[in-house]
Amino acid sequence: MREQLEQIKQTGLARLKSCSNAKELDEVRVQILGKKGELTGILKQMGKLSAEERPVIGQVANEVRSALEEALAARQKELAQKELNDRLQKETIDVTMPGKKRPMGKAHPNTVVMNQIKEIFLGMGFFVAEGPEVEYDHYNFEALNIPKDHPARDTQDTFYISDNIVLRTQTSPVQVRVMESKKPPIRMISPGRVYRSDAVDATHSPLFHQIEGMVIDKGVTMADLKGTLETFLKKLYGEEAQLRFRPHHFPFTEPSAEVDIMCFACHGEGCRLCKGEGWIEILGCGMVHPDVLKGCGIDPEVYSGFAFGLGLERVVMRQYAIDDLRLLYENDLRFLNQF
Amino acid sequence: MLFIGCISGPSFRKGMNVTMNLSMRWLQDYVDYKGTPKEFSDAMTMSGSKVEGYARENDEISNVVVGKVLSVEKHPDADKLVVCQIDVGKDEPIQIVTGAKNVVPGALVPCALDGSTLPNGVKIKKGKLRGVLSQGMMCSLGELNLTAHDFPYAIEDGIFLIEEDCKPGDDVCDAIGLNDTCVEFEITSNRPDCLSVIGLAREASATFGLPVKLNPPVVRGSGDDVKNYLSVTVDNKDLCYRYSAKVVKNVKIEPSPRWMRERLRASGVRPINNLVDITNYVMLEYGQPMHAFDLKYVKGNKIVVRNAKPGETITTLDGVERPLKESMLVIADEEKPSAVAGVMGGEYSGIGDDTNTVVFESACFNGASVRRTAKAIGLRTESSSRFEKGLDPEGTMDALLRACELVEMLGCGEVVDGVIDEKGNVSPAPRVLFDPAGINRFLGTDIEESQMREILLSLGFTVEGDQVVSPSYRIDIHNKADIAEEVARIYGYDKIPVSQLRGSSEGSLGASQKYQRTIEQAMLAMGCYEVMTFSFVSPKEYDRMNLPADSKLRESVKILNPLGEDTSVMRTSVLPSMLEVIKTNYNNRNPEGAFYEIGNEYIPTGEDTLPDENPQVTIGLYGEKEDFYSLKGIVEGMLDAGDIRDWDIEPVTDDPTFHPGRTARILKDGKVLGIFGEVHPAVAQNYDIGARVYLGKFDLKTMFALSNSVKTYKPLPKFPASSRDLSLLADKALPIIEIEKAIKRAIPNILEEVKLFDVYEGAQVPEGKKSVSYSIVLRAPDRTLTVEECDNAVNKIFKELSKINVNLRQ
Repeated sequence: MREQLEQIKQTGLARLKSCSNAKELDEVRVQILGKKGELTGILKQMGKLSAEERPVIGQVANEVRSALEEALAARQKELAQKELNDRLQKETIDVTMPGKKRPMGKAHPNTVVMNQIKEIFLGMGFFVAEGPEVEYDHYNFEALNIPKDHPARDTQDTFYISDNIVLRTQTSPVQVRVMESKKPPIRMISPGRVYRSDAVDATHSPLFHQIEGMVIDKGVTMADLKGTLETFLKKLYGEEAQLRFRPHHFPFTEPSAEVDIMCFACHGEGCRLCKGEGWIEILGCGMVHPDVLKGCGIDPEVYSGFAFGLGLERVVMRQYAIDDLRLLYENDLRFLNQF
Repeated sequence: MLFIGCISGPSFRKGMNVTMNLSMRWLQDYVDYKGTPKEFSDAMTMSGSKVEGYARENDEISNVVVGKVLSVEKHPDADKLVVCQIDVGKDEPIQIVTGAKNVVPGALVPCALDGSTLPNGVKIKKGKLRGVLSQGMMCSLGELNLTAHDFPYAIEDGIFLIEEDCKPGDDVCDAIGLNDTCVEFEITSNRPDCLSVIGLAREASATFGLPVKLNPPVVRGSGDDVKNYLSVTVDNKDLCYRYSAKVVKNVKIEPSPRWMRERLRASGVRPINNLVDITNYVMLEYGQPMHAFDLKYVKGNKIVVRNAKPGETITTLDGVERPLKESMLVIADEEKPSAVAGVMGGEYSGIGDDTNTVVFESACFNGASVRRTAKAIGLRTESSSRFEKGLDPEGTMDALLRACELVEMLGCGEVVDGVIDEKGNVSPAPRVLFDPAGINRFLGTDIEESQMREILLSLGFTVEGDQVVSPSYRIDIHNKADIAEEVARIYGYDKIPVSQLRGSSEGSLGASQKYQRTIEQAMLAMGCYEVMTFSFVSPKEYDRMNLPADSKLRESVKILNPLGEDTSVMRTSVLPSMLEVIKTNYNNRNPEGAFYEIGNEYIPTGEDTLPDENPQVTIGLYGEKEDFYSLKGIVEGMLDAGDIRDWDIEPVTDDPTFHPGRTARILKDGKVLGIFGEVHPAVAQNYDIGARVYLGKFDLKTMFALSNSVKTYKPLPKFPASSRDLSLLADKALPIIEIEKAIKRAIPNILEEVKLFDVYEGAQVPEGKKSVSYSIVLRAPDRTLTVEECDNAVNKIFKELSKINVNLRQ
């Protein structure tokens, strides 16, 4: 019997080894280890053995069974691995083929940049105010220290709806409305559409976007204006951005300034991009004119503040190296899908 | 009369700020500046006088020298050419071939040598002309960017024969004085005083700490008395602040001297003749518009500064007869107006060859009045644009005397003794409290009081006790903030420290702004590209979108002064804008597109009230794979993202822009949220779009108002669901939603989902019917449904459906 068992073990191991797939393996398993299998058959004869022989042969039989089971498991694992490898091999595809597009839209580049700017100011504690685009002359001009015969009126190239109603030429009227309705402290930006009667060309549009901002509180200084705008512009253009505050004139601020950023291309040397100046004009700003505060019911002896404004499209065009403003309003998909 | 230099002169840019070209040579008369133009420009910019650029007049000219013509001989092979030997100051003369006819031996000419450059990028090289060596080129005035106005003795059609004190080999630019440096300033509208050499000299003086050399003009005079020639009355003393005049007799009109012509040219003004040039020169130097006119045209030798009378007209020197209004200020003689004050003169009172006696007028008018008048008669001149910014009434006399000083200097006439000087009502210069501590608090600086005083003094201010008194030419100073700016700009904006805002403040978007962002995100996620369109459209768009003639939407807010009809009304519908976007893309052969825009419609509310501005979400689709249902899918997704649930839908058959059989509106609580559907084929045709177009338009405010962001979690199901497929036969015209509603009505408690998976008409379906197939999912939250329960549910459904004549398909 011992020889029989040894025989089963040897032939069993050899047969397991020769199996080339899971099905064959299973057949062999049934033939040897199954209910009617060879080994089971031998074990059924155990009862015929003597009491002395039984434990000895029983031990041998168990050793044979576990050896076969181990070999079976190992072979199973081997074959599974091989099958998996074969499958992976067969399933290899050309990963350089183009992907299947899922529908996905893209925001207009103006919105992308507008949101960047809004996020920066939201992070600095500003709120976003909105107001009408068709606006009273009073809010667009008079309350901003630009009476009817002021020379700056031409400059604005205003679209008129009536003597008293205009298409706003700036988003500053929103600031006036906020000042009239809200007590300081105020920290706001007013982004939105503005209108000027410029004929359409590569750098002009009768409709464009502005982001204006204003801070009113006790003890707000010109140093705060510089600090706030420096923080904003460094967040927009990177820490290495170099700024220059240069005196200017706006009717609604005093002192007024324009802010230039050092030319990205030539670093101040002067090149074609900056028209030889070394600096690129970015925004206008200043301390809110005392007459403007007074007109909105805020006492300039108690409160002070600053305001600033920049044109969105110029920032967008610079950011994406767009050389023609008209593209922004043509809405050709081949343009829109680049952002 | 003649407002001189009214068209030429410093060019006016579009906008409130004006360009001023400063001759550095002229500046030297007033400030002894030694630095480079670059250093000058940088420092002036930082102290508030923005420099746009600077250039030497001869920047583009190199290697052009004075040559003396030694001989002129015929070209052996060309009738129209001559061969010249020219002494250019070297050992050997050079040979130049030219076609010019005015070259004669002995003449001094500009010679562009081999390898020289001329304006506009022209390069000169030696070469052969019809076989004869030519070692350079003789230049005309034009080739040096000059005209006969710059050198009246020369002709434009030929070589420039130089009559200056120079010798062969001299640099031609130095020889003819074409070597000034011109700095271009952008002058803001509050500083008309800086539209002058003296004004900029004052700024340079404060900027560089250099003294400004102001020499009061000296007029010798020639006896006689101005009163024998002219009397002046100012009737309207509110609009005419000052009228100063002097008379010059026995005038001799001839070209001005070279130094004057050079300075005018560098300033961008064309020299004309001595009298005209003097008025322009003084205007550029002092910033005061001057006016010279022939005394013989002054009827009665009387000048009255008054308002125009009813019905009066004037023919301005551009030959146009212009009606005058009574609000306009005119300069008149006994009979009629001869000039519109501060704007322009009449055509017959100017200076001509027969002029003998000239009146120089130097006046100051109310800026707002000049501005209104110029605008009303449609004439903007150099003079009016200076006056309208507000000029210094104290400045008229110095400018007048300077003009007379120049008359004597140039020897172009005899200045009659005496001066006319009529003054109007002028309000005194405001005094402003000098508050150094307040200025430092305002700026965030720590500037010494003594330094502030120095800065103010350098700018011509005086400090009297605790008051700052501004110089009369600074019409822009009114309050403490103005004084703070003066201190800050000379101290240096760059030296003001940088600080951060104090105190805390919450920055966040408002609820409706957040809602808009949510909608935007959803539209992008569903594959729509965002577009931006103009808010104004052509009224013709209303025709193109098929609106009936009496449609209320045709009543738009109209722009009084539009750029053109295409942008003349504020849109009452966003649909044409989206149609234009689709048209553009279709024409550009983009095969398909999905777009959205959030933009306003502007609905008029009355004559003098603001319109309602209603933001709309507009959706636009076109292309092979789009149909009504792909649009509806986007609409449903948008409503879902916008937290609008339990909405209703109904077909729209009567909107003229849309297909009557393929359009629907969405309602909630009886309010219309929006409309969507296929565009009417006639409308698509109006836009030349050869594809089916799908549009949707939803009112963002209404959506926000009806949205409900409160959501309560429903536990995930613990028990299995059962599903059943229903194959139904319904009347063809029955809207699908009615079937769904009936199914929901039948088993409201255990119906989890009802999903349409097929609609079919045609073979095997009776005429007038459609086959509709649903998959429904049944589930109870608390138990596994039995087969009987499910069968019962289906029976209930059939019972309910039979009420709307929908039955099981056999």
